[in-house]
Amino acid sequence: MEQRIKGIAASGGIAIAKAFRLEHPDLQTEKATVADTEAETARLDRAIDASREDLKAIRERTSEQLSESEADIFSAHLLVLDDPELIGPVKEKIRSEQVNAEHALKQTADGFVALFESMDNEYMKERAADVRDVTKRILAHLLGVTLQSPSMIREQTVIIAEDLTPSDTVQLNPEYVRGFVTDIGGRTSHSAILARTLEIPAVVGSRSAMAQIKNGATVIVDGTSGEVIVSPSDDTLKSYEEKQAAFAEEQTRLTRLVNEPTLSKDGHRVELAGNIGSPADVAKVLENGGEGIGLFRTEFLYMGRDQFPTEDEQFEAYKSVLEQMEGRPTIVRTLDIGGDKELPYLDLPDEANPFLGIRAIRLCLQEEDMFRVQLRALLRASVHGHLKIMFPMIATLDEFRRAKTVFLDEKEKLEQSGVPVSDKIELGMMVEIPSAALMADQFAKEVDFFSIGTNDLIQYTMAADRMNEQLSYLYQPFSPAVLRLIKMVIDAAHREGKHAGMCGEMAGDEAAIPVLLGMGLDEFSMSASSILKARAKIAGLSKAKMEAKIDHILSLSSGEEVRSYIEQSL
Amino acid sequence: MVEKQYTISASEGLHARPTSLLVGSLAPFSSDISLIYNDKTVNMKSILGVMALGVASGATITVRAEGEDENEAIAKIDEVMKSEGLAN
Repeated sequence: MEQRIKGIAASGGIAIAKAFRLEHPDLQTEKATVADTEAETARLDRAIDASREDLKAIRERTSEQLSESEADIFSAHLLVLDDPELIGPVKEKIRSEQVNAEHALKQTADGFVALFESMDNEYMKERAADVRDVTKRILAHLLGVTLQSPSMIREQTVIIAEDLTPSDTVQLNPEYVRGFVTDIGGRTSHSAILARTLEIPAVVGSRSAMAQIKNGATVIVDGTSGEVIVSPSDDTLKSYEEKQAAFAEEQTRLTRLVNEPTLSKDGHRVELAGNIGSPADVAKVLENGGEGIGLFRTEFLYMGRDQFPTEDEQFEAYKSVLEQMEGRPTIVRTLDIGGDKELPYLDLPDEANPFLGIRAIRLCLQEEDMFRVQLRALLRASVHGHLKIMFPMIATLDEFRRAKTVFLDEKEKLEQSGVPVSDKIELGMMVEIPSAALMADQFAKEVDFFSIGTNDLIQYTMAADRMNEQLSYLYQPFSPAVLRLIKMVIDAAHREGKHAGMCGEMAGDEAAIPVLLGMGLDEFSMSASSILKARAKIAGLSKAKMEAKIDHILSLSSGEEVRSYIEQSL
Repeated sequence: MVEKQYTISASEGLHARPTSLLVGSLAPFSSDISLIYNDKTVNMKSILGVMALGVASGATITVRAEGEDENEAIAKIDEVMKSEGLAN
């Protein structure tokens, strides 16, 4: 009987294979008294030796099949395994209390786990997981039970598990493991992220997969919709096999575009860039063929902590992004905080209208010392790549000039003290307030580039909170009012020979791309996973043809009309 | 006995991955090696011990080696501290 389970779509694609239940054995231990403590410590040593052999083998396989950095987790495990402060006290406990090795190990390890888990630091919390993982391994050897290891799988399977530990996930060999389903976890859990890296379909948070799926049952994992189908009927199986083939074909087609330039059918070139939130996101942009970074949100440096990030910390983050981008254009947005995004260490008064209040550049010009630290870090990092800086929420020319003055002041100071600074840093602004779009002709004379932030531009143009579902009829990217503003900005930039980009969600929207291309947008910045689809989309469009339609589009009277006109005319 | 002081310059302090490399590099030495921070002394060959100290960026620590290869041990610490950017 066909059965369907709904979970969270964690990694796209379709997998069809036999279920392999990854079960963790019962490692319950009981306290026992031992007479021969020497024999007991020797038994512990043998379990540690066996664990060391396991870990070395797993580390080697991981570094061959995945990467050195994925294998690092097992180097850390080996270090914990041989930690004198862990093993010493365990042996001491065996001797002085005459207890069994299992009990002594469990008690000592639990102490460390509790200590690390109580620390307010992500890296330390991961160490708790390491201690737990290593303890499990030694315990399994002491108890004589086998730990199932995903790296031992040698046939096509879909893994079914309650959850996958970091050490399970790095052992997944995509050659055999076609997909996985877990009962717990979300889209951002470790296993979901790794599934996307390995490009294997995955569904997480299914709640009942372990309860419902037996070993060897045929399972379909639709990682795009989040659906899991157990023992499918012949018809279902056939339709999913077709879907699977279509998905694979689409992927191959897209993968071929990774190193291709972004060209329209009639040979017009544009730039496709990625939006990132931290240096760790750069790799994904490059893997997906991003030609630059169109938006580096720097808020992550400031959030989730109890004091301002130092200049050096910021410098390291900016340098890392610039180095990874190897000379490709990289646009860093200065701090966009305030309003609804608060910092615990920056005491801001409550406001009645936070989105119309002291945020972004308004806050930076008020808290100039904080702003100067960020600019200095950026200036110092500028020699490591192609840096472009933009200021968010600029409403008036005066604001841009003031921000630029602070920037030039810091630049001069650094140069005078002999710190190398690039001479090619471009200074631009976000266009997200209608006043800036309306005055774009004047701004264009003073900035090096524009980047249109559509999420806020739409919200401010329509005076509609984008989070309010009842107002979603107003939050319309295709509204002619919004499109006219975008057109004004692009035209103003081009009249001054400047570059116009866009970094809102609209830039990656396949329905909006034809209009934006027709209006002459130079750079489209989006989430990494949208880049290749956008490149394929643009390759099928004629820029000249779209350009000829723009006047008509802007003369339409509603967003719905624009949308249906675009759909019909393509 | 040999002692040496360092000021930790790594922005994450003695938390992140380079610390594992530092601790891992000391296993071959027979000398007793300890790390002293805030009046607390831990075995520097213990990753759990070093991590548990929570040494933050900017902190001053003392390392002490005692034994036959104490000079070599300190030289190794010096090398890793610099190559991994933990202290200068």
